[in-house]
Amino acid sequence: MDDLLVARSLFGTTMAFHIIFATIGVGLPFMILTAELLYQKTKNQDYVIMAKRWTKAFAVLLGVGIPTGTIAGTQLSLLWPGFMEVVGRVMPLPFQIEIYAFFVEALFMSIYVYAAERIAPWMRIVSLILVAIGALASAVLITNVHAFQGTPAGFRYENGKFVDINPWAAFFNPSFFVTAGHVALSAYVVGAFVVCSVAAFKMMKHQFGSRIYLFHQKALMMSLVLGGIFAFLTAINGHASAQYLHEYQPEKLAAAEGLFETQSHAPLAIGGFTDRETQEIKGAIEIPWALSFLAGNSFDTVVVGLNDFPEELWPPLFVHTLFNAMVGIGSLLILIPILVFAWRKVIKKKHYPKIMLWTLVTTGPLAVLAIEFGWIFACTGRQPWVIYRILSTAEAATTATNLSTLFILFIAVYIILALAVVYVLLYFFRKNTVLDDIERSEKKNVPLFSSNS
Amino acid sequence: MVDALIAITVLWGFVFIYAVMATMDFGAGFWSMIYINREKTKATNIANRYLSPTWEVTNTFIVALVVAVYSLFPNAAYTLGTILIIPGSIILLLLALRSAFLVFSNIAIEYKKPLTYISGIAGILIPGLLISVLPITHGEFVDYGNGVANLNLYRLFTSPNVYAFIGFAISSTLFLSSLLLADYSKASNEMEAYRVYLRDGKILGPISLLMALLIMLTLPNDAEWLYNRMMDDLSLLLISVGFFLIIGIGLYAPSPFQKGVKGMPRLAVIAVIFQYLIASYVYGKAHLPYIIYPNVTIQSGFTDPNSFRAVFITYIVGFAILFPGFIYFWSLFMKDKRYLRQNG
Repeated sequence: MDDLLVARSLFGTTMAFHIIFATIGVGLPFMILTAELLYQKTKNQDYVIMAKRWTKAFAVLLGVGIPTGTIAGTQLSLLWPGFMEVVGRVMPLPFQIEIYAFFVEALFMSIYVYAAERIAPWMRIVSLILVAIGALASAVLITNVHAFQGTPAGFRYENGKFVDINPWAAFFNPSFFVTAGHVALSAYVVGAFVVCSVAAFKMMKHQFGSRIYLFHQKALMMSLVLGGIFAFLTAINGHASAQYLHEYQPEKLAAAEGLFETQSHAPLAIGGFTDRETQEIKGAIEIPWALSFLAGNSFDTVVVGLNDFPEELWPPLFVHTLFNAMVGIGSLLILIPILVFAWRKVIKKKHYPKIMLWTLVTTGPLAVLAIEFGWIFACTGRQPWVIYRILSTAEAATTATNLSTLFILFIAVYIILALAVVYVLLYFFRKNTVLDDIERSEKKNVPLFSSNS
Repeated sequence: MVDALIAITVLWGFVFIYAVMATMDFGAGFWSMIYINREKTKATNIANRYLSPTWEVTNTFIVALVVAVYSLFPNAAYTLGTILIIPGSIILLLLALRSAFLVFSNIAIEYKKPLTYISGIAGILIPGLLISVLPITHGEFVDYGNGVANLNLYRLFTSPNVYAFIGFAISSTLFLSSLLLADYSKASNEMEAYRVYLRDGKILGPISLLMALLIMLTLPNDAEWLYNRMMDDLSLLLISVGFFLIIGIGLYAPSPFQKGVKGMPRLAVIAVIFQYLIASYVYGKAHLPYIIYPNVTIQSGFTDPNSFRAVFITYIVGFAILFPGFIYFWSLFMKDKRYLRQNG
């Protein structure tokens, strides 16, 4: 492997690993908050138990999410010094403000967990809201840097120099809101469906109608309602994101859709693999005219194809498959909650067949896969640029060589952390079952949260 | 020029805050490991009671520090990023293991011991590696070829000065954390743990001083320019050493507030922070204007003035908003008797 490829692989591995924890870390606090609020409304202890158990899982996941985030933030400077030099000069604000969001999250997470019994109930809710806001803000702000990479703004680039720098114009670059919105909404999708997976799995393991079964059914319902709503909102936002690509990064849209010839009434290819030689997509279903309509709300819209760009500036063509996989999973995650809802409310069935529960178990991993695909698509679809049409990835990379050893070391540590985190979660929740928590909550004067410290 | 000076002061402020918080953090993790088999003294419990709520906040400061470097001195960040790839990556790997296993050790109770050992050992290595960044910025381990900076690891790890820095970092980590934990255990009314940490402080104070002297003794060999400039402020350095007297009073003198209790650990903690602040001021001042000697200065590394102004405003607004949060946090975990004097 050449040095650039090793640097990209190393950073890509860090990100692929980190975003699992980061995304759940944004989505789960929202679920915890919803459970706490539902408790305030219904006074049903089950919601407190959910909040408590999810908080525990969240704390364990933070144990990996925080250090891998620290790695990602520092590796940016270590592996892409050329990129961070430009970002430091032009686009420092999101990183800077993100620090404050981290502080809010760290301070109030500790307060929520370790001071739960000593603060007023309303303060506990406020702390949780601040944790959720802090987590959301970090995701929005770091995505802003990604948005800037695709639609750079706030400077003029003349003779290799950055002049007339306006950091706030860079901050509010054209695709900020739509891109950050996509990441935030999809994080809530992931948070909800991860809960859904666990709940469905537990419902299979316990007898229909038992105390534990009903507990998990509450969690399942909550996650399906929230997950379905957010999946729908993500799709609407995704449509807007694609229209932004049409306007600002046409070659990325062309690669995503596998479109080679510039045309109006362009067809939409669903699925399949793009073939560079024959310039067609193998195994795709084509819907005539649909792409033009999606890109510009009219069939006359001219969509630019890849052949309008020199081939060395094409993104890798496999992004079409990734893009479609992401959209496919997203659509499934809208459909599944609707089907379950129809099953319960329209056909009025109470029992879930095994196949339905198994399908629900897959939703969490699928949601995580979708964000992985989406992220790989978003970043490789921008290649060969690290900042679109300003700075190439090759120019930004470190001049250090022999990164392979480091690459192996980081992979080894990620494997250790991945195994350990799964093991610790399984260990803890086997030792502290839902039944234990229910019994604890039914005894008076036994604080439910004390087992957190 | 004034802007660059303000910026480097902010940055150095972050370095100092993180240095103090990190020594307490990594040190507490180490002590928690050392005393894990002596359950009666509660020394491990005290360390964990401090660590559990604070490690995330401390970790945020290192991210703040990294971000401050690249947003205030992007040009310097370029060279730093290039030369620090190996030591920086090792620090990150250790930090990942340390933080994760620290959290895991509090969850998987049955495996507490092995998990605490991993996080304790990884944690105590980190300050030693972190401080090696300072001698690296002195310049003599950096080679320039084809306009590309490169760190010479062989020269770095054969320099006595570097080892003096590493020794100083590790002994200071243990010294400061034992003083803090002595204070913390006294506030928690755990007198046995208090005596343990007070004793550790008494042993580690002189060792840290010795390490600081070793740094000064070996410095002229590697970076004479820096040594000479530091000696220009000899009087301040002596005052810093003089703070040992106050720390000594804090460790040995009987408390005027509590009968039969020896030592005023809070006094020692405050004195040691001032001591390190003065020493770090002298070091930092002598280091200026170089970020990496001799090629990168605060002027050549400085960011765009517009960006600096914007970042500076967010510092003021950000920390003004955060300040009440820090105070609230402090009052819940450092002062609240219900937290400090809990059982277990």
